[in-house]
Amino acid sequence: MVSAYFVPLWQILMWAPQYPEGLEMKIWINTLTGDVKIISALNHYIGMKHIEVAMFPEFGYMIYIVGAIIGTGLVAAWWGTRMGLWTFLLLLLLTGVSALVDFYLWGYDYGHNLDPTAAITIPGMSYQPPLIGTKQLLNFTAFSGPDIGGWIFITATALVAATLLYEHFIRKQKP
Amino acid sequence: MRTPLAVLIALLAVTVFQMCKPQAPTLISGTDAAIKAYVPPGKYDEFYNFVSGGFSGQMTVYGLPSGRLFRVIPVFSEDPTTGYGYSEETKAMLNTSHGYVPWDDLHHPAISTTRGEHDGRWVFGNANNTPRVARIDLKTFRTAEILELPNSGGNHSSPFITENTEYVVAGTRFSVPIGDKTDVPISSFKENFKGYISFISVDPKDGKMNIAFQLKTPGVSFDLSRAGKGPSHGWFFFSCYNTEQAYTLLEVNASQKDKDFIMAVNWKKAEEYIAAGKGEKVKARYARNRYDETTHTATSEILTEVLQLDPAQLKDIIFFIPCPKSPHGCDTDPTGEYIVGSGKLAALIPVFSFTKIQQAIANKEFEGEFAGIPVIKYEAALHGEVKKPGLGPLHTEFDDRGNAYTSFFVSSEIVKWNVKTLEVLDRVPTYYSIGHLCVPGGPTRKPHGKYVIAYNKITKDRYLPTGPELTQSAQIYDITGDKMKLILDFPTIGEPHYAEAIPASIIMPQSVKIFKLEENKHPYAALGEGQAKVERKGNQVHVYMTAIRSHLTPDNIEGVKLGDDVYFHVTNLEQDWDVPHGFAIKGANNAELLIMPGETATLKWKPLNIGVFPFYCTDFCSALHQEMQGYIRVSPAGSAVPLKYSTGKIEDAAIDASR
Repeated sequence: MVSAYFVPLWQILMWAPQYPEGLEMKIWINTLTGDVKIISALNHYIGMKHIEVAMFPEFGYMIYIVGAIIGTGLVAAWWGTRMGLWTFLLLLLLTGVSALVDFYLWGYDYGHNLDPTAAITIPGMSYQPPLIGTKQLLNFTAFSGPDIGGWIFITATALVAATLLYEHFIRKQKP
Repeated sequence: MRTPLAVLIALLAVTVFQMCKPQAPTLISGTDAAIKAYVPPGKYDEFYNFVSGGFSGQMTVYGLPSGRLFRVIPVFSEDPTTGYGYSEETKAMLNTSHGYVPWDDLHHPAISTTRGEHDGRWVFGNANNTPRVARIDLKTFRTAEILELPNSGGNHSSPFITENTEYVVAGTRFSVPIGDKTDVPISSFKENFKGYISFISVDPKDGKMNIAFQLKTPGVSFDLSRAGKGPSHGWFFFSCYNTEQAYTLLEVNASQKDKDFIMAVNWKKAEEYIAAGKGEKVKARYARNRYDETTHTATSEILTEVLQLDPAQLKDIIFFIPCPKSPHGCDTDPTGEYIVGSGKLAALIPVFSFTKIQQAIANKEFEGEFAGIPVIKYEAALHGEVKKPGLGPLHTEFDDRGNAYTSFFVSSEIVKWNVKTLEVLDRVPTYYSIGHLCVPGGPTRKPHGKYVIAYNKITKDRYLPTGPELTQSAQIYDITGDKMKLILDFPTIGEPHYAEAIPASIIMPQSVKIFKLEENKHPYAALGEGQAKVERKGNQVHVYMTAIRSHLTPDNIEGVKLGDDVYFHVTNLEQDWDVPHGFAIKGANNAELLIMPGETATLKWKPLNIGVFPFYCTDFCSALHQEMQGYIRVSPAGSAVPLKYSTGKIEDAAIDASR
């Protein structure tokens, strides 16, 4: 899980007729990379905000949250009890859910809070990016999903859950 | 009864006569031709074809085998479309010792080589009229440097290159009087006229060109040339005509001798003489223009000296080899052993052997001297002659299977023959009167031998007519089988002379997509809208303008007065592939600008009337491209209208350049 500091956690990919090669935005633990400037330049026509690292306070404290999770994991391992593992799983799930909620809220604001003087305004149209999965936004097909770091987190959570299930159902039945 | 019989006989006679009349050639091409030249939509060609634009002065880029035109690279002629030669940054590219020269005649491209193989770093081109050599960067497909050649009357046998691009050569087509004695009677040709061959060194790191040395040669006309390769690396071969030294009606007077020469140059020997201090520094005046990719600006300098060697004094640099009837092409095969001379009035093709030339020199098998230079005996240098190949051989290219392909202007055909056995293997007509021809990698040690392309001098009935001035054209032949097969005709820009082709896999990965803004060192760049401003310096008004989809900043400018020179320095702030912006203003007496992402370019505009003048983006950049426009107000000289500028400000809002 330490790798979360070195690989992107989440990715947003976009395709359009004029961008067959696609545009990408990678979300890291403390920054954004990829074609952020190009995406912003395109989105200004429909009044979306310019995406900047500074508009995400999350990038300031995410390193500590992930640090705390890793710490809890280590403590749980050292403690070696089922209780510790349960706490760790709960923490992982809570973090995952709150990250998605946070991302959804940002996406809602980014897609709905539009500049009223934008060049293109389509009544009733909003441009909220997909939370997970694929969505058509005007001429763009947008995809949102975990990147390497995200998959590592999901795998870690799955492993913890699997361990607990194993402990709970299989080990218990053995004499 | 007699009358019908007579009519019958007459009819029969007419029919028989008509049957005997020769038919015009009807050959079109094989049935599988279309599929061989077909590149489906969205798919890439296998080769880039760099084709000379002839009298257009430019170089064109086509795909093979589709014959699709990708780009016209402005080289020696100004180009109002891109602003090349008109923008303040590129004017210097066309500077010469004769001042600004807006046009030239580009005949031969030469792609840079390493170990005798195309490496795709640069392509060179020659200016036939005002003697120059250009170097085009194949990362940007832009002219990076132009070097003028002193003591030259027309740079035709150029820009052929040595195996590792050590040198690019330039031989003069016209001998001219030089030095202090230039105001001389034309009839004093033999006494006063000299030919010069320039060896231009190319810096292996950045390609920068410099005249390393010039060879003072007898007053003849140098036509074409090729470097040795492999075993003959270190030598260069030049064809020359007019060894009669005629100065009028050359058509007749330069065609008198049975044989002219191929001049063999031992340039390694010339290097030794230079190292030994035998070179003479001679006064000259010539321009060297270089384009800097970080400032996006060209600078021109006038150089005043050139190093010369006199092979009549310094022995063993050059030797003449007799070659039948005004040789044109002078081509070395991929092994470097054979040199093919093509006498354009000859009915045979002599092939010389490098080994035999070396033996002849060692054994002093000379038939005499020409202007103090030894002439090797024809038979001593000869590998053999291709008998009855056709009429008017011009140029030869090679495949990777030991075959040569020679173009024949007069008999309008390509003839395939075996270099070793000199046996003619196949011939195919061209439409019409082929000049140069090209096999991908054909002049290198590693030809790709898939196609031969004919660059024709006459088009006639091949395309829909467009008045007296017709399109120029090229034709592609498949040469993978025993028989050459015509697979495609395609029109070309300007008159095509020589061309070279290189696998797309070498060029494509290195192609630049944008110029990085953070590397832009243009002194007038505005690297963000916050840096956009207007400054007055005396009667010069400098507009630091930015362009991004879909507005120009500033787009309202006032305070310009009649008598001012306005400089629009436009920076394209885009950092996205294929988003150029253009800039044009009403009444401009020069051109427009096309500005690539991250680039800065400057258009000078001198208003001649008062009023409000519109300007706009000319490259359809976005859905709101049509809205990408602005105004500049010009007031009378001495007017009190203050200098001000803005974008997006309604009415007279305060100037805010720091936004």
